[in-house]
Amino acid sequence: MATTFTLNGKSQTVDVSPDVPLLWVLRDTLNMTGTKFGCGMALCGACTVHINGEATRSCITPISSVAGKKITTIEGLSANGTHPVQQAWIAEDVPQCGYCQSGQIMSAVALLSKKPNPTDAEIDDFMSGNICRCGTYQRIRKAIHRAAGKPASQSKSA
Amino acid sequence: MTTAPVLNRRDFLKTGAAGGAALVVAFHLPGSAYAAAEDQEKKPANPLNAWVRITPDNRVTLILGKSEMGQGAMTALPMILAEEMYLDWKQVSVEQAPTNPKIYDHGTGGSGSVAGSWVPLRRAGAAAREMLITAAAQHWNVSRDTCKPQDGGVLHGARKQFLTYGELAADASKLPVPDFNTVPLKNSDDFTIVGHDRKRFEAAAKATGAAKFGIDSRTAAMEYAVIARCPVFGGKVAKFDATKAKAVPGVRDVISIDAVGEGAFTSGGIVVLANNSWAAIQGRKALNITWDEGPNAAESSESLRKHFIENAAKPGKTVRNDGDADAALSSATKKIEVVYELPFAPHACMEPMNCTVHIRPDGAEAWVPTQAPQWAQEIIAKVSGLPLEKVDVHTTLMGGGFGRRYQADFVMEAAQVAKVTGKPVQVLWTREDDMQHDFYRPASYHKMQGAVDAQGKVAAWKHFQSSTSIAAVWDKNGKEKPEASEFATAAFIPYETPNFRVEYALAHSGVPRAWWRSVEHSSSGFVVETFVDELAASAGVDPLKFRLQLIGADRKIPDFTNPKENKPLDTARLKAVLRLAAEKAEWGKPLPKGVGRGVAGYFSFESYTAAVAEASVENGQVHIHRIVYAVDCGRPVNPAGVVAQVESAAVYALSAMTKDAITIDRGRVVQSNFNDYDMPRMKDMPKIEVHVVMSKEDPTGIGEPGLPVVAPAVGNAVFASTGKRLRRLPIKPEDLA
Repeated sequence: MATTFTLNGKSQTVDVSPDVPLLWVLRDTLNMTGTKFGCGMALCGACTVHINGEATRSCITPISSVAGKKITTIEGLSANGTHPVQQAWIAEDVPQCGYCQSGQIMSAVALLSKKPNPTDAEIDDFMSGNICRCGTYQRIRKAIHRAAGKPASQSKSA
Repeated sequence: MTTAPVLNRRDFLKTGAAGGAALVVAFHLPGSAYAAAEDQEKKPANPLNAWVRITPDNRVTLILGKSEMGQGAMTALPMILAEEMYLDWKQVSVEQAPTNPKIYDHGTGGSGSVAGSWVPLRRAGAAAREMLITAAAQHWNVSRDTCKPQDGGVLHGARKQFLTYGELAADASKLPVPDFNTVPLKNSDDFTIVGHDRKRFEAAAKATGAAKFGIDSRTAAMEYAVIARCPVFGGKVAKFDATKAKAVPGVRDVISIDAVGEGAFTSGGIVVLANNSWAAIQGRKALNITWDEGPNAAESSESLRKHFIENAAKPGKTVRNDGDADAALSSATKKIEVVYELPFAPHACMEPMNCTVHIRPDGAEAWVPTQAPQWAQEIIAKVSGLPLEKVDVHTTLMGGGFGRRYQADFVMEAAQVAKVTGKPVQVLWTREDDMQHDFYRPASYHKMQGAVDAQGKVAAWKHFQSSTSIAAVWDKNGKEKPEASEFATAAFIPYETPNFRVEYALAHSGVPRAWWRSVEHSSSGFVVETFVDELAASAGVDPLKFRLQLIGADRKIPDFTNPKENKPLDTARLKAVLRLAAEKAEWGKPLPKGVGRGVAGYFSFESYTAAVAEASVENGQVHIHRIVYAVDCGRPVNPAGVVAQVESAAVYALSAMTKDAITIDRGRVVQSNFNDYDMPRMKDMPKIEVHVVMSKEDPTGIGEPGLPVVAPAVGNAVFASTGKRLRRLPIKPEDLA
């Protein structure tokens, strides 16, 4: 069954079963592998994309539910890594293995669109749906503050 | 002192990997090229081909012979080459080496990426630099002494002439390669790259989604496969019906593969091949399989614990025996007898296991997220029947490794499938597969007995351990010494103890075990550094002061587990990190009401770590406020990378301490995903500070040494706060009540 949606600013039509999660359409049908498979149950956040601007776990989102909607993936944030959040990630040298970072960045962008100057507590609350097994959390927090345009607070982000 | 020395971690990695290969050989796969390649003395290759490639535009590509799993090898190792070559870091690119064990020592584990590459890469970089200088001198027809390397080229001082390496590379590569044993190395006082923070080479790729992990491998006409494995370890397929699975849209075929190796190596199973991952997963759900659950179907965490307790009721095999611990215990007035318990722990890499292989009649190509590319190459060669040099293994980035990806079970499965289909195939593990078919950190049980005398010295220290053993997985012929790999610092504690006895008893289990970040140190660190705290409390002495007193005079304690290697524990360095962590954490300064402070110090992978934790218990929950580290891993090549590794090890340790355990019921793993095996999230994070000793000693390990001190430091802080002693992991609410 054909489903049409807007992907990173361009119209996209795919012909797959309606129950296929968006994650696998991105990764296997469209070969856009920046969005990661972590758990398949919306528990880890590695697959986070934006649907109409909302951070959404693509691993449990059937493709039929995104018809007519606007989807942004990590590949669509900027042409070459120039999005302020990506720049902050690079400046703070956030990634280690890096596997979770697409999802972390998509969550962080969604947070900053709602709260341009989040506190540590707001960051912790919003970002706790994203697991990082390497434990880069301290640098993620600093990078979000940096992207928000203010220095990292002294409380927990040393 | 009696009894035989035991293997250390690096030896064990070698024997472990070789043992795996031996199992492969034993199971009807021809040849032993892998073992031959491993045993072969690596001859220094022309560095201007093997390690460095220079293009006329003066871009310098440094070749990475280790795997990148997040530990930072892709940055730290090129830094060493760049330093010896006097490169401008901006002209450097990094490329993953092709799999060729004749040139590269690929195996990436044992916290050895930097430690093991330090001297070889300095020599390779120095040899390349000397060849480029000679080429410049010949070009100008001047004495070599008048030519100096500088900023990615060679300067002729007198004539103020400069040639870039790009201009010299073609001539230089034809020159004789200098003797690596005598090639002059740069004076470390002149280092401008090593010892200075460098950002991760691949950070931008990881911030844009461009970085390719194994799971992101895509080739034309690739099929996707998932495998139904028997949920009970050691079980196999009795019969199956694939009719419904084949009817799932997108499913192309269903095949079966055999188990390879004994027990835990691969379990075999039913493979569903499809044109996308989701269809393969749905197809697997539609399989109708009857399992033969095999000999382990009755095992449970309770039955294993009973086995441990039965073992502990009898004397164990003697691992070490100094003085007479039993006599000292029986005559002591104040003694402690306590039990520590640790469960199985999963690696839970964020990128689930996967492997992509294409076996053609004339050659094979594979994309493998692996810590052991040479082993992957060997397996694919054997399964395909192709010679090693016809098997191209591309080592991809890894979404975590932690020891899990030193295994090759997932490679074997993919090779078996690719051999049958003849098409490119990606074998994908789901999170449930990954959680339930891991090679776990061994579960273990420790009975500790000790006594402190009137002077506050340790009169007796007796450690009985029963564990499920890593060594026993790899050799079932009774030739192994399981007790050898289960102890490390537990068998040569830094504390002066005249009466010291260590005993071991193997516990049998069908659960696969292997190397989990810091391996046996994750258990030994918790037990030794908690028990010494218990002795300090018994003596009524401040736990930091107690440790420093017992460590005693500056001296080097031979590594009991491997004295031949001459890598002793330097007590001065251990005391120094304990003092530094204490100073930075303001040891002794009053804390808010209810908050306690705990300390631990430890030696592993030739590095020294100490941590001071601050914790409190509120509403039956442990709150960890802060962890202050001091680490001495020799010369820190990339200090920012050292800090990142220590923070990372802390979070890995906190996961096993504060979150979930792997438990066994009816021979299988109970947990399946992050709902029942959760891990620390951002809201759970304490503030972590890492203070790095700017040592000039050769670099030692840092990927793992941050881990062993965390659980004891936090547990000791909980004791300081509440008087409750944590003796089993993970923390259970009833242990705090």
